[in-house]
Amino acid sequence: MTDAEVLTTKIPRLSQDEIESPPLTLGQLTWRRFRRHKMAMFGGVVLILLFLYSAVGSIVLPESYANFTDTNLRLQAPTSAHPFGTDAVGRDILARTIYGGQISLLIGLTAVIIETVAGVLIGAAAGYYGGWLDAVLMRITEAMLNIPEIFLLIVMAKEFGGKIPSVTFFGREFSGSVIVIVMIIGLTSWMYLARIVRAEFLSLKENDFILAARSTGTSNSGIIFKHILPNSMAPIIVSATLGVANAILAEAYISFLGLGVQPPTATWGNMLDGANSYLESAPWLWFFPGMLILLTVLSINFLGDGLRDALDPHSRAV
Amino acid sequence: MNNNSAPLLQVENLRTHFHIPEGTVFAVNGISFNINEGETLAVVGESGCGKSVTMLSILGLIPIPPGEIVTGKAIFRDKDLIKLSESEFEHLRGDEVAMVFQDPMTSLNPVLTIGKQITETLRTHLGLTQDAAEQRAVELLERVGIPEAASRLGNYPHQFSGGMRQRVMIAIALSCNPSLLIADEPTTALDVTIQAQIVELVLHLREQLHMTIIWITHDLGVVAGLADRVIVMYAGFIVEEAHVDDLYENPRHPYTLALLGALPRVDRRRDHRLNSIPGAPPNLLVEPQGCPFAPRCTYVIDRCWAENPTLVPIAPEHKMACWVDTSTIMTGSR
Amino acid sequence: MTRFILRRVLQAIPLLFIISIVLFFLMRNMGDPIATMAGRQITRPADRARLTRQLGLDKPIYIQYIYWLAGNDWAKTDMDGDGVAETPGTRKGILRGDFGTSLVNRGKPVIQVIGERLPNTLILMLASEVIIILGSLIIGVYSAIRQYSAMDNLMTGLSFIGYSMPIFFIALISMYIFGVLFQRWGLPYLPTVGMFDPKVGKTAGQIALHMVLPVLSMSIISFAAYSRYIRSTMLEVMNQDYIRTAKSKGLPRREIIFIHALKNASLPIVTVVGLDLPLLLGGAVVTERIFAWPGMGRLFLDYVSRSDVAVVMGILMLIAVAVIVFQIITDVVYAWLDPRIRYEK
Repeated sequence: MTDAEVLTTKIPRLSQDEIESPPLTLGQLTWRRFRRHKMAMFGGVVLILLFLYSAVGSIVLPESYANFTDTNLRLQAPTSAHPFGTDAVGRDILARTIYGGQISLLIGLTAVIIETVAGVLIGAAAGYYGGWLDAVLMRITEAMLNIPEIFLLIVMAKEFGGKIPSVTFFGREFSGSVIVIVMIIGLTSWMYLARIVRAEFLSLKENDFILAARSTGTSNSGIIFKHILPNSMAPIIVSATLGVANAILAEAYISFLGLGVQPPTATWGNMLDGANSYLESAPWLWFFPGMLILLTVLSINFLGDGLRDALDPHSRAV
Repeated sequence: MNNNSAPLLQVENLRTHFHIPEGTVFAVNGISFNINEGETLAVVGESGCGKSVTMLSILGLIPIPPGEIVTGKAIFRDKDLIKLSESEFEHLRGDEVAMVFQDPMTSLNPVLTIGKQITETLRTHLGLTQDAAEQRAVELLERVGIPEAASRLGNYPHQFSGGMRQRVMIAIALSCNPSLLIADEPTTALDVTIQAQIVELVLHLREQLHMTIIWITHDLGVVAGLADRVIVMYAGFIVEEAHVDDLYENPRHPYTLALLGALPRVDRRRDHRLNSIPGAPPNLLVEPQGCPFAPRCTYVIDRCWAENPTLVPIAPEHKMACWVDTSTIMTGSR
Repeated sequence: MTRFILRRVLQAIPLLFIISIVLFFLMRNMGDPIATMAGRQITRPADRARLTRQLGLDKPIYIQYIYWLAGNDWAKTDMDGDGVAETPGTRKGILRGDFGTSLVNRGKPVIQVIGERLPNTLILMLASEVIIILGSLIIGVYSAIRQYSAMDNLMTGLSFIGYSMPIFFIALISMYIFGVLFQRWGLPYLPTVGMFDPKVGKTAGQIALHMVLPVLSMSIISFAAYSRYIRSTMLEVMNQDYIRTAKSKGLPRREIIFIHALKNASLPIVTVVGLDLPLLLGGAVVTERIFAWPGMGRLFLDYVSRSDVAVVMGILMLIAVAVIVFQIITDVVYAWLDPRIRYEK
């Protein structure tokens, strides 16, 4: 080999495949993994359909129709005029599930926003600052975790119920009970996320890049929000997604018990209240709202499962 | 060494692939080798070159799916292991062929006592009673150098140090007097001083029990003191095969040369830079075309990219797979 | 080991205090106790004033808490309204086991009120827990061994549906199928109301029969969740190095699965199962309401709506104590089962 040949052959050459597959960004990688999860895609599609059901449905059928009572038509089985049948005071169930869906989904989303913000703030403060703040916050968190959610919800619903007036939003009137429900669900669900976020902060704040940030003069809040938080987005996203399912279920439970959203505003949960009196005679009363709840929660669970796998392939799926 | 009788294990053209979402991993690409009774064969190569997968394929320990043994034979005492059913394997493993794994911390069951993990093998294969098995377990532990063996039968793995755990693993492997012992990097996870102890132990036991050993390692230093013959692997291929002395005196394959060149040596100047092998390990997701070492090879020629060289004898008991005759192009100091 | 238990118990005590304070403050606004006690009668102002003093409602809230906690028989209440406290109170406080008296059932000790209903809930919960543990172990282990088989995929799908269902929907569907439809089709059907048929009497057989549907409703959600959890735990364990070692020793498959794998998998499973208690309790509330089962859950609902603060506080504290005790038991069992903790070097 001549000197020239030796020189050129000493340079490592890339094989074909290394040239052809450029590195992917984290977002692209996540999306690819997510796409492979068929159940998650299915869940996503069903959720979109459910959203459309509530959104488009409310354009087709006005709210007054959903609240229109006609006792002559009470407890009718499904017919073409009333595809889901009518309820005990003659209201069309299909229309009520549409509007009920809006409320239920709305409650689910807003409650999750509250509980995510609360959970992140508390978890971050506890994890980052440590010391007595951590001790106090964690004791409160533990205390609340030790009481089953439904008991807390019932007590709070009784306490705050009826105390908040109706609110008008975008030209629609929402009864005060909706706000109450959103609040209490948010107030009773933040603990799980707080613990997770605290754990993330505890482990991440020891990293060198935090030390580097601090040494260049970044403030505490800067470190929290610009450095640590973006790195712990994965569990927050998964928790928020699954939290929507939990919130919808919580609203359903509490409304079913009669302590949640009050009629005439419909939610899927309160449509089932008292349904067991009509168990035999009018099963359509509880079947359709129940199925809708099931479909929604199921799709969210699929979605959350897929997200969890996509964002962290080493996680243990449940 | 008795080369006249049939080899204890004869592996022919073994190919193992793994099917993962990203594609197919070509882990083992046509390996053939023999080992004779009483021999110690070292299998050398960097992480990911297929040495462990080869042994696991032979013993049927590859999860299928995603693994697939595409082709190949592994004749052990007139039985083709590749074709063995799971229940036939259960008779063979632990009894005639035993394996010692790399990490003693994770390779021992943390919730079962050491005693249990030894006696269960004895009871399964030799049909011993619990008492007889425990007696033999104590003997085995003493043999591998565990002090106060009898009182330690009821201990759990986490109550032993790393070196002790590996001794226990060796004891378990030897419990039923296997004809063949496969050791997969048994000293890699241990401290250097403990490494030496374990190697000494194995040498000692080998003498006592006349074992046939396959010793997988990436550490050429260990090979020198232990092996009779050496196989060098790269990217699922065997690139060189020789008697140990021959390999150290006349290494021929560029990869072997690079490995030996990368060894820190006592007789070199202290400021002599360690030679590392340039480039990165091969991407096993790509079907091999041409010589897998070509991207990193100092002696590469055009033919290397196009055709994968086959393993050919270049001296008695010395095979090599390379298009270039490196004995004529020795450059650099040694 | 004993130090471990002691430490956990000591940690639990301040927690219980905090919980009681939180709950006490929550309870304050739960309606008017005097109105509850009076029922439908309207109270005269003089009576109202007397009751207020008797119940200690005129005192600041932290004093009320102390009375609740430690009683007021060591303090004097002003019974006759002359501004001078002279009569000692009658309550001994929670710390001495006096949960007060019910407001709805005038004068009946809270403990008695709860005690009448508690066993009924316990039967449901015990039966549910047994089904959950056995069922999810069987399905979980089987699914892990036969990963990706048709059965496994079916079980996975059903599990997802199972834990996505609201419990009342499960209850209603099972009531409809097994109570109504079966009856219509002339098949033997299950009762859907109450604990026993009054015509037959409170026999073990009757209770068992009436228990089937409530227990089914209560178990499905947890059963679905845990069978998936056990499945993934088993899968993780089966991928561990020590299982590969066990296989390389030629041990029979059954031994590998049930001794080597399961023993390791059971550790996280114990944790999860032990913490199931709060979920079951919550499920009991809804289930008892639907099936008209006379248990503590239904008691809670009724008495919350009637603002019987004493009983409600009693139930909540009982639940909190039970949850904490169960947590401690779970921790202890886990520590005992895992030799790495039990025999620390």
